[in-house]
Amino acid sequence: MPKTLLLVGTRKGAFLLESDAGRRDWSMRGPFCEGWPVYHAIHDGSTGTIYAAAASEWHGSAVWRSKDLGETWTLSSEGIGYPDDGARKVSKVSTLAARNGRVLVGVEAPGIFESKDGGDTFSLLTTLAGQPGSEMWDDPKNQPPGHLGISAIALDKEDDSRFWAIVQGIGLFETTDDGSSWTPRNRGLRADWPRPHEEVGFCVHKVVRADGARLYQQNHVGMHRSDDDGHTWTEITEGLPTEFGFAAAAHPHDRDTFYVVPLDPGHGRTMPDGHATVWQTKDGGSSWKPLRNGLPQEDAWLGVLREAMAIDTYDTPGLYFGTSTGQVFASADEGDSWSEIASYLPPISSVEVAVID
Amino acid sequence: MADVHLPGTLIPLFAGLTRRLDVDADTVDGAIAELERQWPGLRDRLCEAGPSLRTHIHVYVDRERATLDTQLEPRSRVDVIAAISGG
Repeated sequence: MPKTLLLVGTRKGAFLLESDAGRRDWSMRGPFCEGWPVYHAIHDGSTGTIYAAAASEWHGSAVWRSKDLGETWTLSSEGIGYPDDGARKVSKVSTLAARNGRVLVGVEAPGIFESKDGGDTFSLLTTLAGQPGSEMWDDPKNQPPGHLGISAIALDKEDDSRFWAIVQGIGLFETTDDGSSWTPRNRGLRADWPRPHEEVGFCVHKVVRADGARLYQQNHVGMHRSDDDGHTWTEITEGLPTEFGFAAAAHPHDRDTFYVVPLDPGHGRTMPDGHATVWQTKDGGSSWKPLRNGLPQEDAWLGVLREAMAIDTYDTPGLYFGTSTGQVFASADEGDSWSEIASYLPPISSVEVAVID
Repeated sequence: MADVHLPGTLIPLFAGLTRRLDVDADTVDGAIAELERQWPGLRDRLCEAGPSLRTHIHVYVDRERATLDTQLEPRSRVDVIAAISGG
C-alpha cells in the first residue's frame, strides 16, 4: 500500500508527516536538520532521497540530505559558493528541484547550482548572466541582503534540459538547453511600477506546470495563465478576492483545475477577513470557487508562503498547505473538505508531498 | 598547540568532532584549515567568501576579538562563538 509523505520545511528545521493512501490519520517526525531554517524540502522520486535547502544564521547555507526517509541526515555545501574575489555571495539557498538523480539548487545572489552525485558536491550551473535586469542583481549594493535570488525552479514534466527559474523581483526565465541560455518569459504580465527593461521587471511569485503547454502563475499583481509554455500570459484574476498571493497548485490530472491562496497584499499578507480559504478554478481561471469546509472561518489570520502548498498524485488528489503560524491543513478530496493535521509547528516555509510505493 | 573551543551547534554536523580540541597552527586561519583537514566541510560552516569569518561567527584569541589572520601562540586559547540572539 502506498505511503503518503509530507515534507514540511520550517524556520526551526524540517518535519515529516506520514499517512497511508487514505490520508486521514497522520503521524509526525522531526525536527530534522538540527533546527536550521529550512526553506524548501523535497523528495526525489527517482532516488528516494530527501533534500532540504537550509541557511543557518551562524553556519551559512547548505543542502541537507536523507537517504532513508528521515532516519539519518547529512549536509553538504561543497561547491555552493561564488569566487572569493567577487562581489557575489551565497546568502541563502532558497529552492530545490530534483529529478533523475540530479539536484538543482536556487540561491541568493541569483544562481543555480547542480549536483550529479546525489548531493555530495555541487557546481555552478548558471547565473543567468547577461539577461536583462542582471545588472541589478549583480550590483554589490543589492548583495546581501538584497533578496534578489532564484526563488523557485519549475521543471518541465518530460524534458530534463528544460526548466523555468524565477529571479525574485525581476521575472521568469526559461532555458531549453540545460541552463546554457535563457529567455525572459514575461510577455503579457502586468506590472504596476516603472520598468527599465521591456522584458523584465515583473514580480513573479510562483509558477506551476500543468499538462501540455499550460503554466499557471501567481504574480504580485494578479493570477495568470499561459497556454504556450510561458511565451505569453493572460490574466485570470477576476473572481478572486485579491490579486496577491504566493502558494499555488495545479491538479495533476486536469489541466483546467488549479488552486491558489489569495492574501491581503498589504503588510499583513494574510487570508482576507480572517477567513481561511483556498480558491479553486475548474475552467482554467474563467471562474473561481472558495473552498472553506473544515478551514477556520473566524479570526484566522493565516499566511501561506510560496512553496507552502502541494498536491499529490492519487486519482483523487489530496491538497496540503502550511501556514506562517505553524498549522498544516490537508484535504483528501481535492479541497472539498479540510482538516488540521499539525497545529504547533514553527513558521512554515514549504510543504511538498510524495507518494511512495 | 592552541586550545580551541567550538560552539555546540557545530558538533552534530561532523562525526567525532568535540567541543574542545588541541590544534597545531600559527593563525586562526591555519587552525580552521587543520580542522577542515580532519572534518571536511567544517571551514564552510565558519567562513564565507572573502575569505572571512561568517558574520555571526566570532573568534577570540586569548580573550581578544580575532580575525582569520590573528596569530596564535603555542598555548593560545581560541574561542569560537556562535554570536547571535533571538528566538
